[in-house]
Amino acid sequence: MSNEIETIKDPGLPAHVHRRADTDPKAAKKAERQVAILFLLSALGTVTLIGSYIFIPSDLFIFFPILGNTNAQQLFLGLGMAASLFFIGMGAIHWAKTLMPDEEVIIQRHEFRSPDEDREAFVATAKAGAAAAGLGRRSLIKRSLGLSLGLAGLSPLILLRDLGPLPKDELSKTSWKAGTRLITDPGDRPIRAEDLEVGAVAQTLPELPAGKERVLSDIGKDAVLLIRLRPQDFNLDAERLSWTHEGIIAFSKICSHMGCAVALYEQQTKHLLCPCHQSTFDVTRAAKVIFGPAARPLPQLAITVDSEGYLVAKQPFTEPVGPSFWERSS
Amino acid sequence: MTARERIAGSVANYVDERTGAAAWMKKNLNKVFPDHWSFLLGEIALYSFVILLLSGTFLTFWFDPSQREVIYDGGYQPLSGLKMSAAYASTLHISFEVRGGLLMRQIHHWAALIFMAAIVVHLMRVYFTGAFRKPREFNWIIGVGLLTLGIVEGFLGYSLPDDLLSGTGIRIAEAIIQALPLVGSYLAFFAFGGAFPGEAFIPRIYTVHVLLLPGAFLALITVHLMLVWYQKHTQYPGPGRTEKNVVGYPLLPVYMAKAGGFFFIVFGVTAFLGAVASINPIWLYGPYTPGQISAGSQPDWYMGWLDGLVRMSPPIETHALGHTISWNILIPGLIVPGILFTGMALYPFIESWMTGDKREHHLLDRPRNAPNRTALGVMSLTFMLVALINGGNDIIATTFHLTINQIMWFSRVAIFVLPPLAFVITKRLCLSLQRADRDLVLHGRETGRLVMMPHGEFVEVHEPISPEKAWLLTQHEQQPALALEESDSRGVRRPGALKNKLRARLSRAHAVAVPKVTAEELKAIEHH
Repeated sequence: MSNEIETIKDPGLPAHVHRRADTDPKAAKKAERQVAILFLLSALGTVTLIGSYIFIPSDLFIFFPILGNTNAQQLFLGLGMAASLFFIGMGAIHWAKTLMPDEEVIIQRHEFRSPDEDREAFVATAKAGAAAAGLGRRSLIKRSLGLSLGLAGLSPLILLRDLGPLPKDELSKTSWKAGTRLITDPGDRPIRAEDLEVGAVAQTLPELPAGKERVLSDIGKDAVLLIRLRPQDFNLDAERLSWTHEGIIAFSKICSHMGCAVALYEQQTKHLLCPCHQSTFDVTRAAKVIFGPAARPLPQLAITVDSEGYLVAKQPFTEPVGPSFWERSS
Repeated sequence: MTARERIAGSVANYVDERTGAAAWMKKNLNKVFPDHWSFLLGEIALYSFVILLLSGTFLTFWFDPSQREVIYDGGYQPLSGLKMSAAYASTLHISFEVRGGLLMRQIHHWAALIFMAAIVVHLMRVYFTGAFRKPREFNWIIGVGLLTLGIVEGFLGYSLPDDLLSGTGIRIAEAIIQALPLVGSYLAFFAFGGAFPGEAFIPRIYTVHVLLLPGAFLALITVHLMLVWYQKHTQYPGPGRTEKNVVGYPLLPVYMAKAGGFFFIVFGVTAFLGAVASINPIWLYGPYTPGQISAGSQPDWYMGWLDGLVRMSPPIETHALGHTISWNILIPGLIVPGILFTGMALYPFIESWMTGDKREHHLLDRPRNAPNRTALGVMSLTFMLVALINGGNDIIATTFHLTINQIMWFSRVAIFVLPPLAFVITKRLCLSLQRADRDLVLHGRETGRLVMMPHGEFVEVHEPISPEKAWLLTQHEQQPALALEESDSRGVRRPGALKNKLRARLSRAHAVAVPKVTAEELKAIEHH
C-alpha cells in the first residue's frame, strides 16, 4: 500500500556464536565430567533416601536452627528425594546447554485455514450426509429425537434425587424445647447461674433425652453461647430482658452470616466476633450486628432456671439459627 | 550395523508396520520450540500436576474417606482419646506413623500451591503478551477452565482431612449453596445428605477430588497441549522472527532434555519444600466440630480473594414475601466471581471486537505496545490484590497492630478506587515506555561520557543502538482505530448506532500510542 509507513529493516537472525565446548575438546570433556557429577549427586540422594527409610527411627526428633524440632526421618527422606530428583534435572539441562547443539533452527508456519476446495468439498459432504438422513425434511423424526434426547438427559437428575432428604423444616428446627437443660460442652454438666461469674462465657448444648445420640449435625444447630454480664449492662427491650436470667444471656453460637462458630468474646467491649468474616455482634443489645457482613443478629435463646436451680431454655428458638436460606421468612 | 541398532531397527519396524508412526514421528521430532523463561511457567503447572497425581495416589493408600466416628489411639499424644472422624484419624496416621507419609502430604500440598501459582502466572504471561489472540482463543478458554477447576480441586483437597480449619471452610461453602434463591436449601441437603455437616460429605468430595476432577484435568490438559503442539508455540519478537516462522530449538534432543530435566527440577524443589517447610499441620487444629473454631481462620491463597470479597461485603439481605435473599453472600460469593471469570474467558473475543482485528497472531506483543490491554490486566490484578489483602485482614491487623475495621474500610473503598487508578497509571506508564523506546532508537543510548564542546558547553555522548535492538523496538504494528461512522453517506443514522459508538470509543482507546520511529525519520536524523 502506498500510505504504509516504511519501517526499519529486520536485520535477520544474528550469527551463531560458538560455545567453548563446541571448539575446545578439553572444555567439552570438562562439561561431560560436570554432567556426570550432577548425575552422581542424584544417586547419592537416592542412597540417602533409602538409608533414612531403613535406619532412622520414625520417632526421632532433632533440633535444627530455623526448622525447630523436626522429625529426622521425614526430613532426611525428603532431602534425599529432593537431591535425587533435582540433580537428574540439573544434569540433563547442563548436558543440553553445554554439549547439545545450540544453533537455533527456523521452521515455517502454515495457515490453519483449509484450502478452498477442501472447505467446499467438506460442505458438500456434510450437506449430502444431512440430506441422505433426511434431517431437513423429516421433521417428525427430528422433533421426536429432540424430545427423547432431552428426556434421557433428565434421568441422571432423577437418579441423583436420593443424595439427600428434602429440607422440610430441618433448617428452622433445633433440639431446644421449653425446659431443656443447658449442659456444658465439653463436660456435659448442667449449669447453675452461680457457676458463671460476671464476664464469663460458656459453650453449651441442649441436654438430650436419654438414649438419643448427639451427632455433629445437631451441634451445628444447637450450639449456644452463655455470657454473664451485670444486669445493668443490658440495653434490651422488656421482652428480650425477660429472656435473660440474672445477667446471663444466651445466643446461638452459629453465625447468622455463614454458619461459623462465633467464638471470640471480648470482655471489655462485650462484643462477639466471628473469626471467619469478622461480623461483630453487641452482646448488650441482643447481639445486634455492629460491623461486618452479617445482616442479622444472632438468635437469642430465652432462658430461666428449673426447680432444681439449673439453667433451662424457656422456649425453643423463635427463629431459625445459622445462615440465611430462601424459605426463611425474616 | 551394531547389535543395538539392529534391535532398535526391528522394534521401530514392528511398530511402524502396524501404525505408520514413522512419518508422523519424523515430522514431529523436528518440531521447533522457541526458548524463553516465561514459556516455562505453563510447564511448571503441568509438572506440578504430575507430582500431584503421584503424591496423591500415595496418600489414597492410607487415607480413609469416611466421617465414621472413631476414638483416636494413635501416636500423637495430645489428641489421644478424642472423638474424631476416620478421615481425620487416618490423616494423623499418615502424618505420624507412615514412613514418608508426612513428607508426601506436604509435597502434595506444596505441589497444589505451586500448581495454582504457576497457572496464575502463566495466565498473566499469556494475557500481557497477547498470546490469546487468534488462533489461540480456544486454548485461552481451556486455560480459564483449568484455573477454575484448580480452585475447586484445591479447596476440596484441603477439605478432605476433616480438621477444624477445613471443616470451617466447608461450612462456608455450604452457606453459599444454601443462599441460592429457590433451590439453595434443597441443593445443600442433597450435597450433604441432610443437615450440615452430616456424614456423607467427605466420601462424596473424595470421589470428586480423586476421580472426577483429575479426569477432567487430564482431558483438558491433553487438549491444551495438543493445541499448543498443533498450532506451534508463539514467539517473542526479535531479529529474524516473523509471524510466518518459528525460531528455536528442535524437540530432539535439546528441547526434550531441557523439558525433561526441568520436570525433575520442579519435582526436586517441591520435595525440598515438603521436607523442610511445614504446611497445613492438621494435628494442631483438632478434629472438626461445628461448635468450635480457631482464630485466624484462613483459606489457601487461591481462595483468599473470594473470602476477602465476602468479608468486605456490606450487610444486605432482602426479606420479602416470606423469603430471604442474602446479597451479602450472593454478590461476593457468586455474582462478582461469575462476572470476573466470564469476562476473562471472553476477553479474546472482546478485544478482537474492539480492534476489529481478525488476523492470526504468532508474534507476541511487548506489554507496553498494548497499553489498553496491559492497563486492563493490571486493573484486574489490583482488584484481586485488594480482595486478597482483605481476605487476610485479621492476620494483617494482628501483625501490624491495626484494627480489623480500619483494614475492612480501606478495602471497601480501595476495591472501587484503586483498580481504575491502576488502569490510568499503567496506561501512562506504557506510553512513557513507548516514548523512551522512540528516544532510544532516534538518539541512541546514553553512554555517561561527558564531553566539553569548544564553546564550553557540556554534552553527553550518545551511541547508536544496534540494528537488532532498533528492530526490536520498532517491529510492532500500530493499528489505527476503527473508523465507524455513526451515520451513512446520506446522513441517516445507522442501526445499532449506540453499539457502534461504544465500539468506536473502545477502539480509539485501544489504539492510543506513541508513533514508532520510521525508517525515514531515522534517515533524516542520521543526516544531521
